[in-house]
Amino acid sequence: MQKLIAVENILKNNLHGQAILNGITASIIEGELITIIGPSGSGKSTFLSLINRMTDPDAGTLFYKAKPYLEMDVLQLRRKIGMVFQMPTMLPGTVRDNLLVGPKLFRETVTEEELDNLLDQVALPRSIKEQEARSLSGGQKQRVSLARTLANRPEVLLLDEVTASLDPHSSEGIEELIQELHRQQGTTILWVTHNLKQAKKIGQYTWVFADGEIVEQGKTIEVFERPLHNVTKDFIADAFDKEEVLTL
Amino acid sequence: MSTTALFFTLIFVAFAILLSFWQRIGLEKDIMIGTIRAAVQLIAVGYVLQFIFQLKSWSLIILMLAIMITVATLNARKKGKGLPGVSWRIAVAITSTEILTMGLLVGLKIIQTTPQYIIPISGMIIGNGMVVSGLFFNRLKSEMETRREEINVYLALGATSKQAVSSVMQNTVKASMLPTIDGMKTVGLVQLPGMMTGMIVAGANPIVAVRYQILIMYSFTSAAAITAILLGILTHRLLFTKAHQLIDHL
Ligand SMILES: Nc1ncnc2c1ncn2[C@@H]1O[C@H](COP(=O)(O)OP(=O)(O)OP(=O)(O)O)[C@@H](O)[C@H]1O
Ligand SMILES: [Mg+2]
Repeated sequence: MQKLIAVENILKNNLHGQAILNGITASIIEGELITIIGPSGSGKSTFLSLINRMTDPDAGTLFYKAKPYLEMDVLQLRRKIGMVFQMPTMLPGTVRDNLLVGPKLFRETVTEEELDNLLDQVALPRSIKEQEARSLSGGQKQRVSLARTLANRPEVLLLDEVTASLDPHSSEGIEELIQELHRQQGTTILWVTHNLKQAKKIGQYTWVFADGEIVEQGKTIEVFERPLHNVTKDFIADAFDKEEVLTL
Repeated sequence: MSTTALFFTLIFVAFAILLSFWQRIGLEKDIMIGTIRAAVQLIAVGYVLQFIFQLKSWSLIILMLAIMITVATLNARKKGKGLPGVSWRIAVAITSTEILTMGLLVGLKIIQTTPQYIIPISGMIIGNGMVVSGLFFNRLKSEMETRREEINVYLALGATSKQAVSSVMQNTVKASMLPTIDGMKTVGLVQLPGMMTGMIVAGANPIVAVRYQILIMYSFTSAAAITAILLGILTHRLLFTKAHQLIDHL
């Protein structure tokens, strides 16, 4: 199978020269759904922002289909590697305006049918098109941001805690949507989440970040059932303990 | 006005100090410092102007303008604190505005090419440039803080940095020009501008004074636009890398 994205020896420092990412090497095969977990501040978001070149590493190289990032057009790259953020931020205007931002940037026309399909895909009623985007609920906004990214027909989807600000019901809705997308279109997905249940349920593969390194990566079941690294063991044990206490 | 009369104006200062003392406002020291500074600075400028007017030396006029621009820049850059390289950008914007505006005023023979005209009018244009630059960075910083997510969404969708920041820049340029434009709308109704008042008190015909005031306000408008738009162009590189990435120093 083809490596879609390869990341080699990535170093990334903060403004004060302290390491945020400390020597990351990894590769992503086309069609994989990878969940990324790890303690707060371990560099997960920074890693995602390197993947669509929202930022550049201080050292190391990234490749898309074996081509170094620096030799590619950054705008085309971002179009192929879509990103959805934790805070669903609506741009000015209606839902329609929001969905059309990406295609307009690349001078593409979107038919009414395609718009409807996008809304169907994220399980929003078609009638929502003319609503003011900023007046929607949190869950609806996150669906719109997802559809807005999908309007660019990305090959890769980067999701940064996209369900963190949602209630459990909306959160499950989004999970199903993304799994569906993965099944039907084979989109490659990197999903950062703090919700370990979610990571376990959805992932095919799971990467564990700690202190700016990937300390463990493998099939999701194996990472959760037989964690090798101490950080992973503690992290998983910790999270599930807390959850048990909460659900008792 | 005689020197004795000028000294009598100190009564106003004494009055303010007494009030401050009586009401425990605690501004006595500031009032005294302000009083002394105002007198020293203005008298010094008066003598400098007199000197330059007599000599009619171009190098001195340019030196005087350069000092004005430097002081204006040092003042306005406080508003851009945290952004590197703000000073030269403000200096370039104000200097270009001054050259363009003065060039037009002189080129079209609207004013005479004598220090009596060039220095005071330049002073007002540079002063306004300082205010516009301050407003520009004030607004830019708050817009970049509150609309960071929005900009990142645009970038992530494949927008260029220009496209991503265009609405922020529009708001910023607008906010820095608005006071100048609003000033035109109310001038004469609420208060008489200082320059015009000064001319009238000094014995000029009010109609002549008004003409100069109109000249000033109109040239302020274009000057404000030039300063703000230049700053918009010059600050883009401060906010984004060439690869359309938001820079993180705000
Ligand atoms: N804009 C920034 N300016 C300075 N430091 C930053 C910035 N963004 C991240 N960092 C630092 O980089 C490190 C990694 O941050 P990052 O956001 O990638 O972690 P994370 O794993 O996504 O954390 P979380 O789970 O809390 O989202 C942290 O130590 C953080 O303080
Ligand atoms: Mg994060």
